[in-house]
Amino acid sequence: MQRQVALIKKSLFDQGYLDEQFMELEELQDDANPNFVEEVATLYFKDSIRLINSIDQALERGSFDFNRLDNYMHQFKGSSTSIGASKVKTECTMFREYCRVGNAEGCLRIFQQVKKEHATLRKKLEHYFQLARQAGPKETARRSK
Amino acid sequence: MATKSMVDIEKTKKKINVLIVDDDPLNLQIHEKIIKAIGGTSQTANNGEEAVIIHRDGGSSFDLILMDKEMPERDGVSTTKKLREMEVKSMIVGVTSLADNEEERRAFMEAGLNHCLAKPLTKAKILPLINQLMDA
Repeated sequence: MQRQVALIKKSLFDQGYLDEQFMELEELQDDANPNFVEEVATLYFKDSIRLINSIDQALERGSFDFNRLDNYMHQFKGSSTSIGASKVKTECTMFREYCRVGNAEGCLRIFQQVKKEHATLRKKLEHYFQLARQAGPKETARRSK
Repeated sequence: MATKSMVDIEKTKKKINVLIVDDDPLNLQIHEKIIKAIGGTSQTANNGEEAVIIHRDGGSSFDLILMDKEMPERDGVSTTKKLREMEVKSMIVGVTSLADNEEERRAFMEAGLNHCLAKPLTKAKILPLINQLMDA
């Protein structure tokens, strides 16, 4: 099962869902906080869902306050960077570009991508953490560089 | 220059006391963990205004302040300026986004920072600065 966990993690990196920052978080995990990464991920998803809802509400109102939208997305991108959520971060960056040039249609389109990547990552990480818990304590598997 | 490892820092028995100023609870959790991992202790402030109040109330002194730039109530630039006006002598390290341009970074530095680091923060980025403090 340890091998399965390692393979899943490798695929998350190989497919670009996660970047080196996730490894940095795993390096911080120790016996005192064996579930640190999962706790951080849980906090990320709780906070990012709040931001997604705020952006959704702003867009549904039809009010394209690009400054406000950009502020929300700045926070979202920051959190995504902190956890190593690479694809989500990329989509956030594109959204901010559309905000910068005041492109409402672009914002709407890209926001669907942001939500899609976010949901995909959440599902994959939940599966990964569930398996990791079942597999028990392990040495941190290193991504081959 | 040789970089002190975690073990070396432990041997000196000096605990670095850090104030982490950031409005993102995720960053606060991660940065606290980083500081703990390198043998330090930390306190947090959710925005610049809290950081100013912590210093105004007295009784707290920090070796290092990690200062986020974009925060509500009072941002990192304003907070750094204020702390320097209050004659806070701690090493203040600004934490910026890669999206920040050169002008924004320069303005942040000129507010009174000692150093500026780009997010995301890692042990490897912070350790050389901790070594500087230990050697001072």
